[in-house]
Amino acid sequence: MRINSFFYTIGQGFKNLGRNKWYTLASVATISACLFLFGIFYAIITNFEHVVKTAEEGVSVTVFFNEGTTEDQILAVKSDLENRTEVREIVYVSAEEAWQGFKDEYLGEYSDGFTENPLADSANLQIYLNDVSMQTALVTYAESISVVREVNRSEVTANTLSGLNKLIAYVSAGIIVILLLVSIFLISNTVTMGIQVRKDEINIMKYIGATDFFVRAPFVVEGILIGIIGSLIPLVIVYFVYKNAISYVASKFTMLSSLLNFLPVEIVYNKLVPISLAIGIGIGFFGSFTTVRKHLHV
Amino acid sequence: MERGYRRKRSNRQIPEDEVITLENVTKSYSTGAPALNGVTLHIKRGEFVFIVGDSGSGKSTLIKLLLRELVPTDGEITVLGYNLRRIKHSKIPKFRRNLGIVFQDFRLLKDRNVYENVAFAQRIVQTPSRDIKRNVPSILATVNLAGKYKNKINQLSGGEQQRVALARALVNKPAILLADEPTGNLDPNNSWEIMKLMEQINENGTTVIVVTHNREIVNAMKKRVITMKKGVIIEDEEEGMYIDED
Ligand SMILES: Nc1ncnc2c1ncn2[C@@H]1O[C@H](COP(=O)(O)OP(=O)(O)O)[C@@H](O)[C@H]1O
Ligand SMILES: [Mg+2]
Repeated sequence: MRINSFFYTIGQGFKNLGRNKWYTLASVATISACLFLFGIFYAIITNFEHVVKTAEEGVSVTVFFNEGTTEDQILAVKSDLENRTEVREIVYVSAEEAWQGFKDEYLGEYSDGFTENPLADSANLQIYLNDVSMQTALVTYAESISVVREVNRSEVTANTLSGLNKLIAYVSAGIIVILLLVSIFLISNTVTMGIQVRKDEINIMKYIGATDFFVRAPFVVEGILIGIIGSLIPLVIVYFVYKNAISYVASKFTMLSSLLNFLPVEIVYNKLVPISLAIGIGIGFFGSFTTVRKHLHV
Repeated sequence: MERGYRRKRSNRQIPEDEVITLENVTKSYSTGAPALNGVTLHIKRGEFVFIVGDSGSGKSTLIKLLLRELVPTDGEITVLGYNLRRIKHSKIPKFRRNLGIVFQDFRLLKDRNVYENVAFAQRIVQTPSRDIKRNVPSILATVNLAGKYKNKINQLSGGEQQRVALARALVNKPAILLADEPTGNLDPNNSWEIMKLMEQINENGTTVIVVTHNREIVNAMKKRVITMKKGVIIEDEEEGMYIDED
């Protein structure tokens, strides 16, 4: 394709936007609305995931050992467990450290009365996981090791978190699919309208000897442009909404701020910008391409 | 000949200077009698041909077959060496670039000016911008519209509109100009102007085929006249006349 034909095609795509102003506006508005919802939704989900992730990272399985188990034995178990994929990190807490920690936390200045370590058998391994859903498997394995006396886990947290994670994934996938379908339907309507309005022009083009590609391309360009505009508008809006919302929540609900530490807008936008643009351009392209194929018998 | 006759394979060699060849061409629409029924026709490069006949006699169907807008139900059509029954879909644009087409209803782009309407034809065959800027004013001068290149289409008379359509058909330098009742919506003066322009184009080497009902012009111009009736050619004469059948 010649360079001036390329620009002509792009130019025609832009002009198409103006030729069917109201339909263009309607599809841009719908894509914008969909991607606005998506943006808000995405921001909430990533924050939620962030909270869940932080909570997950705090979830640990503690393994205690039989009386008389030596430090070497415990360290052997540690390196064995470290080979498992679900294990992120294992911290060895010796009996002395366990006692020190207990004293610091609960006894303070009253600890002087103890001459021996009352927690002599409390040397343990604190295991942090990559994935809380794998907790049960790990616990079963750890319990089967001969020197292990007891395995403590935080069952409720683990199950709740992995359940929530799944729920979020399903709900977001569902909503995104619905939004995509609505947007594709609308773009396809806009392009169909454009093809109807320009039926005569398309006919003339075919008589003069335009290639199929040349006839189709402006409509596909039109769809992609609608997609780009439709994704930029909500990106700008969500940016300000998000910034204001986190500072509002932070100032109004100060007690919650330790619990809800929001991600900064830049972190969220690192991924939201390319995803929104990709979705916008994708539905713009897909919606117009399939419509052109269906309605343009060139 | 009735429907369902067996196709006669013609072994005739197409002469080098023959640009349009129809051998036993039949075109049936889904309903009614065939619009064309076993038409055989040969047109040489540089000819000027009038096609006349009653309304419904198959003239427009013939033009559409030549454009490869329609495919014959039976028979062979060869235009400029392209076998229009076997031509690949992807080759049709390239084939059509050899044709210029003019219709009774002008079919101009009403949201663009005169210049844009003509340049449009060059853009879609991907002519370089430099050449478009040179060709369009020159062809507008040929059809006596040089002064109106900036006018919107709805600011033009019917005759002027048809001249824009003619300029658009000619700007890509077609080998064949096809016109389906180009003067059907014009008064006698404008009709004559269009016909004279087409004659001038023909004198410069383009093969011209004109479907018309304008008896006075046909009889005055002394060209080859093909008369159709009910889907068949009933007369084909050099320097022919538009005979009244009724
Ligand atoms: N698309 C069509 N579908 C069915 N019949 C058609 C169609 N176009 C033309 N015809 C019929 O074919 C015959 C020839 O039509 P046409 O070629 O338009 O004649 P002309 O141009 O000489 O008036 C007419 O009987 C007409 O009704
Ligand atoms: Mg007709």
